[in-house]
Amino acid sequence: MKPDASYAAAAILISGAITYLLRALPFLVFHDGRQMPAWISGLASALPAAIMAILVVYCLKDVPASSAQTQLAAAAGVAATAAVHLWRRSTILSVFAGTAVYMLLLAFL
Amino acid sequence: MKDRRKTLQFALMKTLPIAVSYFFVAVAFGMLMTQAGYPLPWSLFTSVWVYSGAFQFVLVSFLAAGAPLLTISLTALFMSSRHIFYGLSFLQEFRRAGKAFPYLIFGLTDEVYSLFCSLEYPPEVDQPRAMFEIALFSQLYWILGSVAGAAAGSLLPANVKGIDFCLTALFVTIVLDQWKNAASRRPALIGFACALVCLALLGASRFILPAMMLAAGLLLLDAKFRKEAAHEA
Repeated sequence: MKPDASYAAAAILISGAITYLLRALPFLVFHDGRQMPAWISGLASALPAAIMAILVVYCLKDVPASSAQTQLAAAAGVAATAAVHLWRRSTILSVFAGTAVYMLLLAFL
Repeated sequence: MKDRRKTLQFALMKTLPIAVSYFFVAVAFGMLMTQAGYPLPWSLFTSVWVYSGAFQFVLVSFLAAGAPLLTISLTALFMSSRHIFYGLSFLQEFRRAGKAFPYLIFGLTDEVYSLFCSLEYPPEVDQPRAMFEIALFSQLYWILGSVAGAAAGSLLPANVKGIDFCLTALFVTIVLDQWKNAASRRPALIGFACALVCLALLGASRFILPAMMLAAGLLLLDAKFRKEAAHEA
């Protein structure tokens, strides 16, 4: 168990509440044919793609400062994920292949 | 005549593809949670209460890193903002589901949304009931996978090196899919640029929140400027 269970519980409770609120928003706001303000719809359609790109960088943020072995494994893992994904377009297969390459290189290089 | 058995069969058949993908993705989630020091009850709790695929993976790494609640909240807000659109397609249909209405909203994930969009309901199928069962079964697959993954994760030796790379790989596939399908690649490019600039300026432990705020601000300006340009043209 992590030291701070109340922190984790709060994080999970808040995340769930925010997610539900976003899913419920159209039902709360648009019950009598009102239009969504343009800036909200514009932001909501553009933000997720930007956030996903930021999250890729977030996942790899510690790579530049790590060992050459980790750097090589990360580069190969990303390349393998992308290659398999462009080839088969199956998320499960791509994630599995990329993670396997990364773990094998970390273990045996 | 609406038939409960036929409705149940319909819901089970239609959720088969979701069953496969949700189960395996959730197994990975459960394993990561266990590896991060949060055993089975935490995976169960998260998958019951949050139920948001990609975000739950980010949540694991945030929990493991002890990220501030503000960062976690804003990431949830920004990542899940796409869900604002999903309900718009079902404003009337969901209301007809009566008591199931709040749960249908809760269960409106990416996959369930796209399934709902594609469905044609045969006459003997009770549509509101089928929608509820589809939403419910989909979450059950997700919960089952999370629990199975958490159980499997506790059998692995502690700190198997590199399993958390599946989070990186997952986001690489999401970015690739969006890159291929998006109407515009500007949001992804703006995201990358903001992330790299903030990472260089602020360092690995503090860059994500400023990067997200900066990206949101630039996207707002971008949309505004483009609308003005279109107006003048």
